[in-house]
Amino acid sequence: MQSTDAEAAVMSGGRSIAVAQFEAAQGRRARWILVLRLLVGIAFLAFWEFASGRLIDKLFISSASAVFGRLGKWVMDGTLVNHLSITLYATMWGFLIGSFVGFALGLLFGRFRGLAEVLDPFITALYSIPKIALAPLFIIWFGIGIESKVAVSASIVFFVVFLNTYAGVRDVNPLFINAIRIMGGNQWHVLRSVIMPSATSWVITGLKVSVPYALVGTVIGEFMSSNRGIGFLISQATGLFDTTSVFSGLIVLSMVGAIFNEGLGRLETFFLRWR
Amino acid sequence: MLVQGVEKRYVKRDRETLALAAVDLTIEKGDFVAFVGPSGCGKSTLLNMIAGIIEPSAGKILHEGQVVHGVNQRVGYMTQTDSVLPWRTVYENIELPLTFRPFTAAQRRERVEAMMKAVDLSGFANSFPNELSGGMRKRVALAQVLVYDPGTLLMDEPFGALDAQLKLMMQRRLLDIWQETGKTVIFVTHDLSEAVTLAQRVVVFSGRPGHIKAIEPINIPFPRDPFKVRFEPQFQASYERLWSILAPEIAKGEDI
Repeated sequence: MQSTDAEAAVMSGGRSIAVAQFEAAQGRRARWILVLRLLVGIAFLAFWEFASGRLIDKLFISSASAVFGRLGKWVMDGTLVNHLSITLYATMWGFLIGSFVGFALGLLFGRFRGLAEVLDPFITALYSIPKIALAPLFIIWFGIGIESKVAVSASIVFFVVFLNTYAGVRDVNPLFINAIRIMGGNQWHVLRSVIMPSATSWVITGLKVSVPYALVGTVIGEFMSSNRGIGFLISQATGLFDTTSVFSGLIVLSMVGAIFNEGLGRLETFFLRWR
Repeated sequence: MLVQGVEKRYVKRDRETLALAAVDLTIEKGDFVAFVGPSGCGKSTLLNMIAGIIEPSAGKILHEGQVVHGVNQRVGYMTQTDSVLPWRTVYENIELPLTFRPFTAAQRRERVEAMMKAVDLSGFANSFPNELSGGMRKRVALAQVLVYDPGTLLMDEPFGALDAQLKLMMQRRLLDIWQETGKTVIFVTHDLSEAVTLAQRVVVFSGRPGHIKAIEPINIPFPRDPFKVRFEPQFQASYERLWSILAPEIAKGEDI
């Protein structure tokens, strides 16, 4: 036993020279990757600026300087806050509603096999509908306000989270469930200490995938009919052949998506730290 | 513990197979009993029925005077693939069974800390199981079943995945615990020398359909040292006798 304990002490405890060296090498690598990423980004923007008006008509691709100028203007005059806030608000609600309902039903279906078997064909049928095709219907039902956008993004998020939760619950090792029952746990304990943590990795994957979808759902709703939001901004600019604004809107959307992903990545690292 | 005419049949692809044929067995409180037999002889099935995870097809099991029906929460169960939850730290894992019972936070802390000390894991309270060695994980699993003080321990090849030395260490630990606490232990293994080292009585199961072929007492006095007991003449005699009973069953199993 002694030898294994000593080994484990090195594993869990003090920082040796080898650890320091390893970490330094990792740090150097991370810095290099950051530098190279910046270079790629700058090269892309430079080429965009160069090509605009020389290789391709400005009408189609605008130019990097014009787009960033427009973004600056939007930030200054409040356009960005005005439109982005409504888009984020709708995305947030769509995400929350969709993921809550998806998670709850996923747990329910995972625990009650009979229910899942009975409803399976209906779920599959609903899942096969392109959710975008539901957008016009939601606009009839909920009007052109924020509710219809929330409904579109919630309907997309729901399926992703539901299917992942369901798969996660089915994936739970029955050995753990039996062990908890023998140790004296009831059904609630089994749910809380085995099924939910065990399904976490699946659920988080579902949430991660569904956040960009929530954004997509909202923007599609805004495309179809609205008077505020980033989607509205883009579709209005498209109508006016204002490519500068179109590209500005797209950049805002992509940055929002990237920020969401980063946040969820950190959440995932925290919840799955036991791996 | 009374096992009376217990049978287990499985229905699988329009065929009914008899996994375990009418078994009768009495285990006194404080006994250390080992089940040995070829694989598929139903020894683990019987253990699972005692644990209440699966229901017998016929017969009944009485534990502490009550019929086992549904999960038996008066036992501690340790399996080969340990049931330590990977998303809980060592401390949280050992604490888990106590959270199902009316203990105060202070009582839980006291018990868990005493238990961690008993299995030499005091420095690893906040480690996750994946950061531990196989032997340490086994000790967490052992602490987890001991912490709520069940009167009976059911063990299904608990040390099967360990290397030879660690196995002997864990055997010694188990024997110490058994002698200190006087718990009833039912220990399933396919390793004959492990059975002889640990048990007071060895129950030999026949090949499928499983039934009890012999019950042999092991008359080696306690305390036994797992590192040395194998050199004693009684050990050799018991081992040879058990092997002569078991060998034809294993040969039979190979024909299938």
